[in-house]
Amino acid sequence: MSGLFGHLDWTVTPFAAAIADPGTNTFVAAGAAGLVVLGAVALLGFLTWFRLWGPLWRDWLTSADHKKIGVMYCVIGIVMLARGVAEGAVMRAHQAMALNGGPLSAEHFAELFSTHGTIMILFVAAPLVIGLINIVVPLQIGARDMAFPVMNQVSLGLTAAGAALLMISLVIGRFETGGWSAYPPYTGRVFSPGEGPDYWIWSVVPAGIGSMLSGINFAVTIYKCRAPGMTYMRMPLFTWTALCAAIMLVYAMPPVTVSSLMLALDRYAGFHFFTNDLGGNMMNYANIFWMFGHPEVYILVLPAYGVWSEVSATFSAKTLYGYPSLVIATMAIAVIAFTVWLHHFFTMGQSASVNIAFGIATMIIAVPTGVKVYDWMATLWRGRIRMTVPMVYLTGFFILFVIGGLTGVILANPTIDYQVHNTLFLVAHFHNVLIPGVLFAMLAGIHYWFPKVFGFRLHETWGKRAAWLWIVGFCVTFLPLYALGLMGMPRRSSSFADPAFVPLQLVAGAGAVIILLALAATLVCYGVSIRQRGTLAVPFGDPWDGRTLEWAMPAPAPEWNFAVIPAVAARDAFWAEKTGGDPYVAPERYEDIELPRPTALGLVICVATTAAGFALTWHIWWLALSGLVGIGLAVMVRAFATQTTRVLPAAEVAVHHGRWLEAVHTARGITRDAEDSPANRGLAAPDTEVTP
Amino acid sequence: MTANLHPGLNLGESHGAAHPASENRVFGFWVFLMSDLITFGILFATYAASGTPMGLAGGPGPAQLFDLTSVALQTAFLLASSLTCGMASLSMKAHAGAGRIALWLLVTALLGGGFLMLELSDFASMLAQGAGPARSGWLSGFFALVGLHGLHITAGLLWIGVLLGLLAVQGLSDRVKTRLLLFALYWHFLDLVWIGIFSIVFLRGLA
Ligand code: HEM
Ligand SMILES: [Cu+2]
Repeated sequence: MSGLFGHLDWTVTPFAAAIADPGTNTFVAAGAAGLVVLGAVALLGFLTWFRLWGPLWRDWLTSADHKKIGVMYCVIGIVMLARGVAEGAVMRAHQAMALNGGPLSAEHFAELFSTHGTIMILFVAAPLVIGLINIVVPLQIGARDMAFPVMNQVSLGLTAAGAALLMISLVIGRFETGGWSAYPPYTGRVFSPGEGPDYWIWSVVPAGIGSMLSGINFAVTIYKCRAPGMTYMRMPLFTWTALCAAIMLVYAMPPVTVSSLMLALDRYAGFHFFTNDLGGNMMNYANIFWMFGHPEVYILVLPAYGVWSEVSATFSAKTLYGYPSLVIATMAIAVIAFTVWLHHFFTMGQSASVNIAFGIATMIIAVPTGVKVYDWMATLWRGRIRMTVPMVYLTGFFILFVIGGLTGVILANPTIDYQVHNTLFLVAHFHNVLIPGVLFAMLAGIHYWFPKVFGFRLHETWGKRAAWLWIVGFCVTFLPLYALGLMGMPRRSSSFADPAFVPLQLVAGAGAVIILLALAATLVCYGVSIRQRGTLAVPFGDPWDGRTLEWAMPAPAPEWNFAVIPAVAARDAFWAEKTGGDPYVAPERYEDIELPRPTALGLVICVATTAAGFALTWHIWWLALSGLVGIGLAVMVRAFATQTTRVLPAAEVAVHHGRWLEAVHTARGITRDAEDSPANRGLAAPDTEVTP
Repeated sequence: MTANLHPGLNLGESHGAAHPASENRVFGFWVFLMSDLITFGILFATYAASGTPMGLAGGPGPAQLFDLTSVALQTAFLLASSLTCGMASLSMKAHAGAGRIALWLLVTALLGGGFLMLELSDFASMLAQGAGPARSGWLSGFFALVGLHGLHITAGLLWIGVLLGLLAVQGLSDRVKTRLLLFALYWHFLDLVWIGIFSIVFLRGLA
């Protein structure tokens, strides 16, 4: 059965299927596979043509700098977002034509919602959140890097391996068809003997382990690496939400790793964890999976709340209203999020009293979120508001997220859930919290912190076009699904028989076109900004009249972040310096700085993990074993490395910092009126600001 | 007297830079162990929930399969190895030199290896009786839980190998000291998990 190439042969690509059985269905699959191959070839050509292999290797792939790692996470997130949105649009197009049929086969449709869901949660939302935390947290707390820079690289490598396997599954073989939650027994080997669920397992397991390691890294960094004076109650709110999300990652990722591996044991070794026969219990899978699944959504949304906290304070030039209540609400959510997972299977057959306990817990979790929304609105009240791109997203978030939250409270009632679970009402609900809640926040956060990493702002006009398209596109696509769900249309349907669904399906399909435009506008915004980086440059580092420490350094931020570790005396540390003193003074003395040396460990582990995952999927045992042994050897060899850091001499830091200070002193700051003009070089002049 | 920088055995000021350098790493490793505990916790819960007639699926149960003598011996080996691992840590704390530490590590590895041999021979005899993990849900839970602990022990043995290599190549450097602290935490943690397995799987199973 399994020789040198395991179960692989020449018939597994969608191209072969398209030749054997030409039609819309196979052409869509072959087209998608073709795009992946073309994209890969184009990327290789681009790198070779512009001689970028060297810089890519030196400055990115082997770098242990938290900002670079964060950027690479975000790149994974954006690339996968493009694929996920495209899949969503294909599904909407299919369903709009799915009265008694539809262009795609039922199996193809099932593959689409399974990859789409897996990608959007684990390879779009999670990498964007983890990437942003990576970029921002050390800058906000006055640290030089993460507590474990090399482990950070390994986390990235593991996540990238999962994403790579998902991309490979588009070209070689087929993905799983049991949804992003992959419930057995359907995904067990009796009902799904093919490679599909194995692809799912081996993309999810590395990503889960990588995220758990990220959680450890973030938690230790925030507990142990804060600058002197940066007490807990002085930490910026984004850092607070990152801390809570980190603790949740540590506790919530093991369940999904374990449940996936248990499923793997069932599939590969004939265990009976979740089978129908011989003492298996498939309900235990749902139970363990959602012990991860529910906390995961709060892992994603808490840092999003952190972004809204920073954005609302900065762009209204006010201190955050109700800081302690925001901190308490964040911690409350982090704890309660572990007590509600059963609401994902109210209909599984446990008693009514169990259901109602979890229903009430679910409703309670809405309270701290409500507190936060009021805090942000109060922050804006009478502020010096500028309607920049992040603020447009915030406006969309305010209205849409509250709708999504309220439909969540509706679903929290088990009696109602019995009626609408597994319908498009649920699909509308979770997109309603994930898109305006998480995705908008990540796009806003990228816009907000982009200048700090790259040294230039993003184009405001294109950014606003994209933001409005996302908001309108979301409404047109997803609000009709509430009605369709109440009318009784099940989720994951590849076809339907009731013509009453057609009109709203057409509306939702049109919405998907708007969302495609939104994605295009987002990418255009990045492209245009790169072209105009000269006029958009903000070398002095403070383009938004920021309040927290990350704005107190040049843009792009130097590899070592802070020339000297700052002493923090207030909550909005940089703001306090700007209003009470002079933030741009040379320190009395500079010291040598120790930085992590570049290493290829993360990349080696990424390649070995991808190979092992692919080999396990296709039963190529020699390769699987080599991959796993490779991972082990890489870690053991690394233990013998002694030269893991390098020293940057104080003199060099002094020159770099001195040059920047000098430029700042000869420059003229701008008021907030000129924020979106080429005059904004990142130096803020005092403004007509009113409240403290 | 400096305060303790992290939970567990601290190296103290007399170890120079090794003392502050271990703060983040040891703390981070504790956090990892908490995460690992969740992993074991899920398997404990799955195992406990499968000890029903339905989970046994008409197959053999604890009374037919468990050999308490072997399990007692395994427990003795593992507890003794925790003691010798503690001796390795104390030798380091007391500046007893790399040789002494390596010796205690070697004894720890031998005891751990003995544990593993016994466990594997128990597994083999279960398999020979047709009581492999594919026989029933309960046996799946058993092999996953006890097997995961065994895998952790195997990883620990490899880790001891790396530590011995490091001691040989680099001597007792600051980095090696910190690694020794981490290994000790890991090994004692596995001991604790085993006590859970001993009580919940074996004692409760035969009670
Ligand atoms: C941006 C445009 C998007 C479109 C057009 C879209 C469309 C869809 C469609 C048509 C489905 C299948 C619904 C069904 O089962 O009938 C779906 C499922 C899903 N979507 Fe999206 N979606 C989008 C974005 C997102 C985002 C941003 C996320 C998460 C961050 C997300 C997460 C999911 C999940 C988890 C599922 C469930 C998959 C499953 O059934 O297992 N989607 N989406
Ligand atoms: Cu939930």
